[in-house]
Amino acid sequence: MKQIQLHDFNGGIHPNENKIQSTTLEILNANIPEKLILPIAQHIGAPSNPVVKPGDTVLKGQLIAQGEDFVSCNLHAPTSGTIGEISLQPVPHQSNMTATSIEIITDGKDKWLEHSGLENYLNAEPEQLIKLIQQAGITGLGGAGFPTHVKTSIPASKIDTVIINAAECEPYITSDDMLMREHSQEVIRGIEILCHILKPKQCLIGIENNKPQAIEALQQAIDKLESNAYHIQVASIPTKYPSGGEKQLIQILTGQEVPNGGLPADIGVLLQNVGTAHAIYQAIDKGEPLISRITTVTGDACQQPRNYRVLFGTQVKDLLAQANTNLSKVSRLVMGGPMMGITLQDTNTPVVKTTNCLIAASKHELPDPAQEQACIRCGMCTQACPAQLLPQQLYWFSKSSNLEQAKAHNIGDCIECGACSYVCPSNIPLVQYYRFAKGEIRQANADKLKSDGAKKRFDTRTARLEREQAEKDAKRKARSEAAAKKQAEKKAQEAANPTPAADSNTVAEIDIAALQKKLDATKLGIEKSKTKLAEAIASDSDKVEILQGALEKAQTKMKDLALKIAQAKKASKATPEATDPASETDPLIALKEKVLAAKTRMEKAQERLNMAKEQNLDTVDALQMGVDKQKAKLDAAQKTLEEASQ
Amino acid sequence: MKFLNISSPHATRAGNTGNVMRRVILATIPGIIALTYFFGPGHLIQIALATCVALVCEAAVLKLRHKPILFNLMDYSAVLTAVLLALSLPPYAPFWVTIVATSFAIIVAKQLYGGLGQNPFNPAMIGFALVLVSFPVAMTTSWSAPSELLENGISFGQALELIFSSRETIDAYTMATPLDVYKHQVGIETANEILANPIFTDTSSPATATGWIWVNLAFLAGGLFMLFKGLFTWHIPVSLLGTMGLLSLFIGWDSDQYVPLSLHMLAGATMLGAFFIATDPVTASTTPLGKIIYGGGIGILIYVIRTWGSYPDAVAFAVLLMNFAAPFIDQYTQPRTYGHKTATRGLAKKD
Repeated sequence: MKQIQLHDFNGGIHPNENKIQSTTLEILNANIPEKLILPIAQHIGAPSNPVVKPGDTVLKGQLIAQGEDFVSCNLHAPTSGTIGEISLQPVPHQSNMTATSIEIITDGKDKWLEHSGLENYLNAEPEQLIKLIQQAGITGLGGAGFPTHVKTSIPASKIDTVIINAAECEPYITSDDMLMREHSQEVIRGIEILCHILKPKQCLIGIENNKPQAIEALQQAIDKLESNAYHIQVASIPTKYPSGGEKQLIQILTGQEVPNGGLPADIGVLLQNVGTAHAIYQAIDKGEPLISRITTVTGDACQQPRNYRVLFGTQVKDLLAQANTNLSKVSRLVMGGPMMGITLQDTNTPVVKTTNCLIAASKHELPDPAQEQACIRCGMCTQACPAQLLPQQLYWFSKSSNLEQAKAHNIGDCIECGACSYVCPSNIPLVQYYRFAKGEIRQANADKLKSDGAKKRFDTRTARLEREQAEKDAKRKARSEAAAKKQAEKKAQEAANPTPAADSNTVAEIDIAALQKKLDATKLGIEKSKTKLAEAIASDSDKVEILQGALEKAQTKMKDLALKIAQAKKASKATPEATDPASETDPLIALKEKVLAAKTRMEKAQERLNMAKEQNLDTVDALQMGVDKQKAKLDAAQKTLEEASQ
Repeated sequence: MKFLNISSPHATRAGNTGNVMRRVILATIPGIIALTYFFGPGHLIQIALATCVALVCEAAVLKLRHKPILFNLMDYSAVLTAVLLALSLPPYAPFWVTIVATSFAIIVAKQLYGGLGQNPFNPAMIGFALVLVSFPVAMTTSWSAPSELLENGISFGQALELIFSSRETIDAYTMATPLDVYKHQVGIETANEILANPIFTDTSSPATATGWIWVNLAFLAGGLFMLFKGLFTWHIPVSLLGTMGLLSLFIGWDSDQYVPLSLHMLAGATMLGAFFIATDPVTASTTPLGKIIYGGGIGILIYVIRTWGSYPDAVAFAVLLMNFAAPFIDQYTQPRTYGHKTATRGLAKKD
C-alpha cells in the first residue's frame, strides 16, 4: 500500500482534548423515553412534510414525515407508539427558537416495521442505492446535516477521491471514535457501498492520530476485506484543530484547496462523515432508516461520561438523567463541541440527527467569558487561522461596521472555527464580531437586491410612460398639423371667395366671453361636488345615489347652458353690425331663464340633501359643501347675467 | 435553572493581555542584569522611576477618560513601555529627562491616540526621540563607562546622586558609547587606532566592547525566549538583523572606513531594538510578508542613519519611520486566503 502524502494547513490550535473521560465505557443504548420530540427540519433544505396525524399509531422505522423537495429529508419513527400533537417545540438552535415537531408517545414495545436490506448491494445500480439512502432519511452526521442522497447524486465521473471524515477534531466528542472502535466492519461496509456508488480512484479515511484504537480497528477491518477494489486506506493525520473541517481535511489529504465559492467536487473530492457511512450500511444492508445516532454525553457535571446510542427526539433532560448529571453544577449546556457547538437553554430540546455531543459543563471547565481587553494586534489569531485570514483586521472592520473592507478581507471565507478567539490574549469574542459583520453583509445584500428590483421596476415604468407620452405627442402633433392644414385650406378658400368685412359688435362679444367663463367655472363646481359625492359613495350607503342622480342632472343642465351660450356667441358672430338692442338682450334673457331653471333644480337637490340629513348619513357634510359651492357659483353666474343685461 | 447562553466558541485559552506583557517584561531581565553588571545600577533606578511615572500618568488619563483604572493598569502595558524606555535611555540621564520622556510616551503617544492598541507609534520610542532631540547634551553625556574602567565601579548611592542631584562629577563616570566613538573616529583613524580607545576593552579583532557584547547577547537570549514562547514570530527580528548584517557586509566591509559588522550587531541598542522594540505588535505590521518588509525597513534605516546620519544609534528613528508605513504595508501584504487564487491587495474600492 502506498504511503499517503500528508500536507499541513495554515494555523490551527491544540486545545485540551478532554476525550478520555467518555471513552472508558462502551456504547450503551439509551433508554426509550416516554415521549420523543421530532422536529421536521433536522437537515439542510426544505422541512419534511408530516404524513401522520395525532392519534395515529406508528411502528419503529415507519415514515412520519416526507421530504418532498429533492434537497430535503425523510423522517422515521425511532420507536413504536402513538403520535401525540404536532406543534411548536424547542429545537437545537442558538436562538432557542421553537419549530414544528412531531411528538411520539412511546409504547415501550419498540416494535419494528417489517423491513429488509439488500442481499448484495453489488447487484444494485447506484441510482437504486441513492434512492434507498434517500428513503432512509440519511443526512450528514458530522454537523451540518446535509442530505446524503443529494451529495451522492453528483456524477460518479467527477469524483476521484472519496474522503471519509473521521478526524473528530473537536475536544470532548468521541462518538465517531467509539463507533469506529466497536463497529469498524460495518463502517468499512458502508464506505464500500459509498464507493460502489461513486466509483472513486481512491478512498481515504482521515483520522486524527489521537485515536489509535479506532485506527487499529479500521485497519483490521480493511485487512479482512476480500478485495479492496476502491483502495480504501486509513490516513492517520496529526491532531490539530480544526483538521476535521471539510476544507482543512481535504487540504491535509490531497494538498488541494477547495476553490473559493466552489465545492469539493470541483477538485474531484467528495467528503462524508464516518457516522454517515455507518448509516448507509444500516440502510442498504439491513433496510433500517436513520432513527438513532451515537451521542457523547460528557462534561464535569456528568458523573459517568460515555457514549449512548440515542433515539432521535429523545429530550436532553432524559439523556442527562440517564447519565446521572448534576444539573445544579451545570453552568453551560453545550450541544456539539466546545469550539463550534451551541448552548441550550431548555432541557426539553431533543437530540436530532446532527447531535454528536452534549457537554454538561461546570463553571470550572468552561468559565464565563473574561472581560474583553483592547486588541494589541499581536497576530496570534493570524497564526491560528486555518483560512489564512487576518482576524485582527476583520475584527477592526467588523467593530466599526466597515463592511466594504471586511468583504475585501474575505470575511466570507471565515469558517467560524473559533481558533482565533481561542488564542486571543485579550479575550476578544472575535467570532461573534464576524458573525455580526456577516449578518450585516447578508442584510445589506438582501436590501440591495430588493432596492435593485424596485429601481428596475421604476425604470421600466418611467420608460413605458415616456414611450406612451411620445406616442400621444406624435398623435397630437399629427392632429394639429391636419387641423392647421384644414385651416389653411379654409383661409385660402375664404381668400378666394371674399365676403363683406364682418365688423362684429365688440362689446357684446366680450360680454358673452365673460359669461362663458363664469359658466365654465360653474361646471367645474358641479364636477367638484360630483367627486365629493363619489367619495361619499365609496365610504357609505346607497342613499347617496339619489343625490348623485340629482347632481348629475344639474350638471347636464349646466352643459346645456354652456351649449346655449356657445350658440349665442355664434349667433352674435353671425349677425355682424347687430346694433339693434333687442338682438343684444334677447339671448341674455334666455340665458337668465336657463340659469333660473338650473337654480330650481339645485334647490331640489338641496331638498334631497335635507332628506339625507334627516336620515343621519355621515356623508352629508361633504354633500352639503358641494351643493353650497354650486349654489354660490350659480348666484355669481346670475349676477353676471344681470350685469350683462344692464 | 438558567444556563449560560452564548455562541461558540466556548473553550478559550486561559490568560489575558497582562500575561503577554508580563512575559515580555520577564524577558528583559537578562538584559537588565547585564546592563547593571557592566554599567552600574543606573538602569535599575531609571526603570523604577519610569515605571512610577508611567503608572501615575496612565492612571490619571484613565480617570479623565472614565475608564476602569485598575483593570487597565493590570494589562502591564504602561509598565512595559516604561521598562523599554528606561532601558533605551542613558543610565545616568538626569531624572527630569526620564520623567519628560515617560510622561510624554504615556500621555501623548499612547493615551491621546486612544490608549492601548490604538497608538500608531511606539510610545517608548516617541518618548526617547523627544528627549533625544530636545536635550541632546544630557542624552549623549550620560552613558556610563564600563564598570571595569572605573576604579570602584558606581555605587547605588553615587548612581542616585548622579541622576537626582549633583551632576558635577558626571564626567568621571561617563563615556561615549562604542558606536559613537567608532563612528566619529573612523574618518581620521584606522580600525586599529580606534580600537586602542579604552572603551574597546576587548582589543582582539573583530572590534567589540565586552560590556555591550554581553548586554546584546542577554537581550538576544530574552528575545529567543519570547520567540520560543510564541509572543511574536521570527519575521521581524530575522529580517531586521538580516538586512543590517547584509548592508554592513556589502557596504561596510572595510573596517577602516565604516563601523564593522560585529559592532553593528553587538553594540548599541541592536538586540533590544530587534527583539523588544520593533516587535511591539500594536505599531508593527501584522501580516507575515508585511513583517518581513517592516523589519527589513527598520534594518535598512538603522544602518543608513548610523552610517550617514548624525546620530550614533538609530533604533528609535528607524522604528518610528516604519511605524508610519505599517498600516500601508498591511494593506498590500494580505496573505492569500484559503481557496483564493490570488491575495487581495490594497483597500476595497469605494463605490
